[in-house]
Amino acid sequence: MNDNRELLVEVKDLKTYFFLDEGTVKAVDGADFNIRRGETLGVVGESGCGKSVTARSILNIVPKPGKTVAGEILYHRKIKGAEQTLDLTQMAPQGDEMRGIRGAEIAMVFQEPMTSLSPVHTIGNQIGEAIRLHQGLDPDTARDLAIKTLSLVGMPLPERTIDQYAHQLSGGMRQRAMIAMALSCHPSLLIADEPTTALDVTTEAQILTLMRRLQDELGMAIMYITHNLGVVAQMTERVVVMYMGKVVEQADVDTIFYDAQHPYTRALLQSIPRLGQKTHDRHRLASIKGMVPDPYALPKGCAFHPRCGAVKPGLCDQVEPTMVEIAPGHKVRCHLCANRA
Amino acid sequence: MLGYILRRIGMMIPTLIVISMISFIIIQLPPGDYLTSYAATLRATGDAVDEAELASLRERYGLGEPIYVQYYKWMSGILLRGDWGQSMEWRKPVKELIWERMALTVFLSLISILVSWFVAIPVGVFSATHQYSIPDYLFSALSFIGAGTPGFMLAMVVMWVAMRQFGLNVGGLFSEEYILEPWSWAKVVDMLKHLWIPVVVIAFESTAGSIRTTRANVLDELNKPYVETARAKGLRERNLVWKYPVRVAMNPFFSTVGWTLAGLISGQTLIAVVLSLQTNGPMMLRALRSQDMYLAGSFLFLLSVLTVIGTLVSDVLLAWVDPRIRMEG
Repeated sequence: MNDNRELLVEVKDLKTYFFLDEGTVKAVDGADFNIRRGETLGVVGESGCGKSVTARSILNIVPKPGKTVAGEILYHRKIKGAEQTLDLTQMAPQGDEMRGIRGAEIAMVFQEPMTSLSPVHTIGNQIGEAIRLHQGLDPDTARDLAIKTLSLVGMPLPERTIDQYAHQLSGGMRQRAMIAMALSCHPSLLIADEPTTALDVTTEAQILTLMRRLQDELGMAIMYITHNLGVVAQMTERVVVMYMGKVVEQADVDTIFYDAQHPYTRALLQSIPRLGQKTHDRHRLASIKGMVPDPYALPKGCAFHPRCGAVKPGLCDQVEPTMVEIAPGHKVRCHLCANRA
Repeated sequence: MLGYILRRIGMMIPTLIVISMISFIIIQLPPGDYLTSYAATLRATGDAVDEAELASLRERYGLGEPIYVQYYKWMSGILLRGDWGQSMEWRKPVKELIWERMALTVFLSLISILVSWFVAIPVGVFSATHQYSIPDYLFSALSFIGAGTPGFMLAMVVMWVAMRQFGLNVGGLFSEEYILEPWSWAKVVDMLKHLWIPVVVIAFESTAGSIRTTRANVLDELNKPYVETARAKGLRERNLVWKYPVRVAMNPFFSTVGWTLAGLISGQTLIAVVLSLQTNGPMMLRALRSQDMYLAGSFLFLLSVLTVIGTLVSDVLLAWVDPRIRMEG
């Protein structure tokens, strides 16, 4: 593992809460992880574990009534050779500086390409908009650049597609257009929030191949949010596993798949169906018992203890575990691993 | 697209023929005709009724003939000679009567719609983007009051206030000295002085409704993923709101804009009666009541023509602004 790459984003003890009438939802409750330049970081977890809210916190576009209440997101940017470190949580969401980073240096691709593209604007209009906004180009140059970006992402007939609307394209082409939009200003970090969840598997494979190729060519870091462990294995170098707003385990991808320590990570891995299992030991696919806890009333102690197979009564349901580094780069938040540090 | 429009126009023709027949029959349904009610009025006031004159009028308007003959004569007059028949009450060609008032009606409707959109769209967008804020509650309360106030009542209140407080003569669109004058700059200025009251009254009601529509539509769109995409691009919030969700939220406006064409004939009748405006609405009402059948029939026919055309205009506009429903071939 090449862990000497410079840090790009450091997320430190990030807490993003949603203040609703029914109570406060701690969507992200103390997330810690780093993203290095040029690496692919996978962020995994069940629906509602705070993956997407973490991504939106980095872009500083958490929708109301959500708010980042604590923590830091340090963004190390390079401008004309000079290093600069910004805390994105401290920046005004609508300020010029934040908007200058958003879409230009940190870009995002969303889950549903159909609804994430405007139904009444052409693809070219939406891609060109980002280019004009961040690079100050005139419409004609911006259009040329948009066509170039479209061909970069493997869009067939980019000169024609640029004038088409989202509903005229197939799902895979729509997501290519979204990726082109995100990459049009050469970001240093691309956040992909389940970009292939809405696509069929063959298209998914094409998009994943495309993203890897683009990363090789453009060298940006990718924060890949997914609940699909197969995609994690294929795409990422390091993995962050989140549960109920917290990072419960992080390590490089091989460690996660072959030496996972947190019971939640292990349970996730056991719930992957495998092809070619011998028929005589056919058994039900393992699933994680119990339900995701009520976000308004998180369990005391470790949030996973009601579902955990290795729970230690009196400890796990009372004391919240802390993150310990059990091997270089392998961090676990679990009482069972606490003495292995 | 062109084929689609042509096909739609082709479908309009049978629709209009059927509508014109039905409206002609409905006008004929009440017992008697204009001449019997005219003769009755004369008798009631003690005037002599000249039977010979009545007979010649009956002959002239073809009132004794079977209904399909009357219909045929009227329709062929419209289609072949542009002759809409005679108004019995006004003793003038229907065409003159309607066109005289049409310009004013169109002018008044257009100004009112523009005023109402000009106010309603920004207010509605503001309300939506500031949902549950104090100004939003304030605008909502105002628009509920506006939607709940009958226009004719508001018209009377405004007239009363204008008269008592400002000593203005507020009936009609012109001061007395200009009513019969030909058009001149002074007459236009005089009209503008009178115009604001009907415009305010008419616009008030529709503004209230449009604020609610805009607010609801924009709220529906504001949380769509494409808005977040635009936000993630680094657009300024105000710019992205106007470019994306508001743009999509305007589609229902385009789909109803065609209906305003029909409003040129029958719209705002009550307000026009109260404010004694020389528009089409009150004249149509009066023609229906006095069984002035060619005038009433022409109004009904125009109303249906404009409704059908308006629907087509709406559909074409909607297809133009919303690429999702654009027709192929």
